[in-house]
Amino acid sequence: MIEGILIGLSTALSLTNILMVMVGCFAGTIIGMLPGLGPMTAIALMIPITYGFDPSTGLILMAGVYYGAVFGGSTSSILLNAPGIPGTVATAFDGYPMAQQGKAGKALAIAAYSSFAGGTISAIFLLVAAPSLSKVSLAFRSPDYFALMILGLTAISAFSSKGQFLKAMMMVVLGLMLATVGQDSLSDITRFTFNNMNLTDGISFVLIVMATFAMSEALTIIFRGKDPNRAAKQISLTELGSIKVNKEETIKMAKTIPRSSILGFLIGVLPGAGATIASFLAYGMERNYVNEEEKQKFGKGSVHGLSAPETANNAACSGSFVPLLTLGIPGSGTTAVMLGALLGFGIQPGPRLYQTNPEIFWSVIMSMYIGMVVLLILNLPLIPYIARILAVPRNYLIPLILFFSVTGIYLMSFNNFDIFLMIGIAVVATFLRLYDFPMPPLILAFVLGGLMEETLRRSLLISDGSPNFLWDRPITLIILIITVVIVFWQIFSTFRKKT
Amino acid sequence: MRISPTKFISLLFLVLSVFYLYTAYNIQVFAFDESAPFNARTFPIYLGWAGIILSSLKIVLPEKVTTEVNHKHLDYKSIIYLIIISLIYAAVILKIGYFISTSLFLFASYYFLGERRWGLMFILSFPFVAAFMYLLHGLLNIYLRDPFLKYIGVMG
Repeated sequence: MIEGILIGLSTALSLTNILMVMVGCFAGTIIGMLPGLGPMTAIALMIPITYGFDPSTGLILMAGVYYGAVFGGSTSSILLNAPGIPGTVATAFDGYPMAQQGKAGKALAIAAYSSFAGGTISAIFLLVAAPSLSKVSLAFRSPDYFALMILGLTAISAFSSKGQFLKAMMMVVLGLMLATVGQDSLSDITRFTFNNMNLTDGISFVLIVMATFAMSEALTIIFRGKDPNRAAKQISLTELGSIKVNKEETIKMAKTIPRSSILGFLIGVLPGAGATIASFLAYGMERNYVNEEEKQKFGKGSVHGLSAPETANNAACSGSFVPLLTLGIPGSGTTAVMLGALLGFGIQPGPRLYQTNPEIFWSVIMSMYIGMVVLLILNLPLIPYIARILAVPRNYLIPLILFFSVTGIYLMSFNNFDIFLMIGIAVVATFLRLYDFPMPPLILAFVLGGLMEETLRRSLLISDGSPNFLWDRPITLIILIITVVIVFWQIFSTFRKKT
Repeated sequence: MRISPTKFISLLFLVLSVFYLYTAYNIQVFAFDESAPFNARTFPIYLGWAGIILSSLKIVLPEKVTTEVNHKHLDYKSIIYLIIISLIYAAVILKIGYFISTSLFLFASYYFLGERRWGLMFILSFPFVAAFMYLLHGLLNIYLRDPFLKYIGVMG
């Protein structure tokens, strides 16, 4: 492990990579601050920039963007009560009241310290857990992988659907359908191309991400006529107050951070759960832990109430890298985008990544620490200025997002069919979003589609077409039982609410 | 009888799934693969059935949470303009090149979204795209095809 850490450090500490972490954190913070534009959009917009980089550098940039976007989301939650991403909704519960009391600077500092601590602690967990899990996951066979992917897709549908499980499952099927367009990986038979040569290689992952996130989010902002920057214009540099945290507040944070970090990391590891659930659970857990007097302060500017979700959402971000790096299966929409980008670099994450590309494996982990430090020392003092920069009018912001989306696609293929396709998918996605059809399950399904078909093919061929492979191995059976429990839990909760 | 938009979308998804399943059954596979436990049709057929079952359930089951959208508050005009500009941009990008088409796209988008500060609109279109192209092509060494700039000798 020591050798790996040194490899990671030597890669992550190169001048280019440090610069990339800084750029990533900064860009991520700005994009993450904009309500509606979360880490997935931020990473998607960075993909064209990473084309010219080597895989480690590209991944380090994207990891920096990820943390920056989560941190930026917290900033808009605290200053504007407009969470940039769902994972920072709980941050607004106590962060915004604190800002209204004239302690916005303090709230931002508590959020930054908690994010730093949560991210750093969980990066240590990742450092220990990932290599061990990589070794364990070598024992996984095709049926286990297939079952794991079914579990991941079911879980993300259950957690991201806000009670509309069927809608999310429909998006999963749509994502898998889109993934089947093009040549079959084994027989090279073309499917669903309708004799269009442009579809022979399938639909590009970047195209789907740009269309369903970057472009459709931009269109949604216009469609709903909201200006995410209107509130940002009202922020005055003098209203933020001091960013100093006193001794009493530090003690409160010190109590909250360890338990929220552990919870956040564990939730992050679970497929589909992620930062949103981690932050809400940490907020609820913290409320149960504190004394009656502190409990009364929740929702009115409690330090515990602000620190807990901030710690947990950053811890969950690191945790979500565990299934990606060890199994090659992303547990969240954001890590699905990163998987797609890795595949674009010709790298297949999974248990063997640890052995075949140790510099990537370790440099990503090491860059997490560097990213956390950068966020703390670079972003915190700059927050008031970043908030001012955000007063960019919608009239400029939206065309620039569209421009980055189109450029990303154009750079990939240099043909306009892909741009037309992206516009078409973005329009459909905009309407689907309007009616609460979630997009993360679609992205995860699209990324996993090829691998899922491959593992199902191997499983069926080994079992000679029999479905026995679903229950032959205990691990497959356990994973599928968990999946069935999630499905029945969703049905039960629907039934319970109706009655 | 009024059908809710969610159920209408589910109905469209049902139609899509039926079409997908029909196409899946018609995928041409090799003769020796016809009776194999798994061929190029198998996975799409499962997906087609899954789509039909899920969308049918969504249509049949009562809605627990109804998503209400007030269409009066939606800015259809701006979005239609933006989509048309984007389609024109996609149509001309190969013919007139990346630099000019992108700069014009940005300029037109700013205009149709209500911006009238001409100087700023110009800076954030032509010089901005030039700077971005220099970043990609000049600094990051990412190839950016532009026949027009190549023709006038700006790009190699």
